[in-house]
Amino acid sequence: MSQVDRETTQSTPAAFAGVAADSGSTANDGRRGAPARSGSAPSVPSIELQSVSFTYPEGTQALDRVSLRIDPGERVAVVGQNGSGKSTLARHLNGLLRPTTGRVLLDGLDIRSVHVASLAARVGLAFQNPDRQLFAGRVSTEVAFGPRNLGLRGAALDERVAAALDAVGLSSEAATNPYDLGYSRRKLLSLASVLAMRTPILVLDEPTTGQDARGAAMVRSVVAGAAAEGRTVVAISHDMRFVAECFERVVVMRAGRVLLDGPPDAVFAEAAWPDLRATYLEPPRAAVAGSRLGLGATPTEAAFVEALRRRAGS
Amino acid sequence: MAIELSAVSYRYAGASRPALQSVELRLEPGRVLGVVGANDSGKTTLCLVASGFAPKVVGGRLDGSVRIDGAETAAIPPHSLAQHCGLLFQNAATQLSNTTSTVFEEVGFGPCNLGLAVPEVIERVWWAMRSVGIEDLAPRDPARLSGGQGQLVALAAVLALRPRYLLLDEPTSELDPAGTALVADALARVAAETGTGIMIVEHKTDVLARIADEVVVLDGGSVAMSGAAAAVLADPRLAKLGVEPPARVRLERAVRTAGLEWSPGLERALA
Repeated sequence: MSQVDRETTQSTPAAFAGVAADSGSTANDGRRGAPARSGSAPSVPSIELQSVSFTYPEGTQALDRVSLRIDPGERVAVVGQNGSGKSTLARHLNGLLRPTTGRVLLDGLDIRSVHVASLAARVGLAFQNPDRQLFAGRVSTEVAFGPRNLGLRGAALDERVAAALDAVGLSSEAATNPYDLGYSRRKLLSLASVLAMRTPILVLDEPTTGQDARGAAMVRSVVAGAAAEGRTVVAISHDMRFVAECFERVVVMRAGRVLLDGPPDAVFAEAAWPDLRATYLEPPRAAVAGSRLGLGATPTEAAFVEALRRRAGS
Repeated sequence: MAIELSAVSYRYAGASRPALQSVELRLEPGRVLGVVGANDSGKTTLCLVASGFAPKVVGGRLDGSVRIDGAETAAIPPHSLAQHCGLLFQNAATQLSNTTSTVFEEVGFGPCNLGLAVPEVIERVWWAMRSVGIEDLAPRDPARLSGGQGQLVALAAVLALRPRYLLLDEPTSELDPAGTALVADALARVAAETGTGIMIVEHKTDVLARIADEVVVLDGGSVAMSGAAAAVLADPRLAKLGVEPPARVRLERAVRTAGLEWSPGLERALA
């Protein structure tokens, strides 16, 4: 995927016209060095934000004219400094928050007209803080709550619960009280609760936070599995390695606006580092080392080793 | 002068197995001690026990000896313990007092409760907020912050107490990379300049590679490894214990595993 300059950004057709037009001159400047998103997009995006702004009641503006189009089956990571509006954005995707101005469309439908309970069947959101999500006295009851509300019963419900618990390595804890689990496993439980809904869209807020190596690997495999099933995955993360390895598209936010938008190769390429650092992000270590060695874009450790191997062989 | 754990085992009330077993550990003033381990290996419990919070507040059964500057924690009343040990919970939302309407008041809540004169409270609040880069949040409502901002406020509130020891349970888990680096450097500075002993539980081993003097690895409630940070973080057994090595170590290992030559140029590029 090639990088895009300002001219190509402005000429980005159809799908991304909204980003360039709505983001204003500052955001356009911020997209210098950002990659192009091109190709044949399906006509109806999975998620579309049209110039969404949101201001909390006490006056903090968390989103400022955000336009974003996410196609079915895309894996999109949203990154940015603390307080840049990432979690606020996530809560717009399942209707927990409604835009102050602008529109959020799911499968082409404006969610203003849809009750949050109906949206739950389309969008599963795993919260940043699991304790805001968990309430049941047993792990299995917690995971069953969502699919039960979707109408599942009996063996079908049991199968959903078992598969979701297996996906996060909590099968042996089905009868445990969620609050007897440590924080990291409560986070995995909140992820399982969302997985059990089998929603076409998964939104994960900081899923690798607090995870050990095994937990982080499990989250990576959950993302890969959901993508393999054609589900749309949107994750908010500060974990640049996770972002580079698991996502095909990275949206960088700053002060409630979209600053960069493109594949990891381009967003973590040296040309974009000033923009990344302006929003308190650091490129992955592999990308920095690759650049220092003149290896080109090496956003992942595998890409770094591969680039070294190519150089050694040439 | 130190926090010393000797032959410490601890079991939560009603738990089928101990959360900590035969732990020996020493946290000295001015030092940064990193604690790593897989999920549920006892890291959070270690923070609670080393601070005296467990069993004093959360119950359970403690065997062995936990001393803070020579005094058994069992003999120190909770309000006094809090002046010796600043404990930062893993979940910042549970740390905030929920009684204040601005971040400034929230950070000042602890120092006010220490009965300090107002000018000193104000000085400490600004110092703590400056240390973690949140001066601009001073007028904000603590209940209306992002996860990362809340974590920085909770950390500033603990720093403002200026305890002799800081026990921090994943203080950077929700921070952006620059915030993580800022907090890491602030903690290193606090240890060096004020002689505070800092124990830091952290999955981000890059943070520990940057600031820790020693690292302890927990496995199933026991100490599996301990020693100088650089040596422990480069130990090949680390990954088997569920701990992701620092990026520098991972990359070097990946290069060598691929059969490629490790050179000084690579060393510099990964520094």
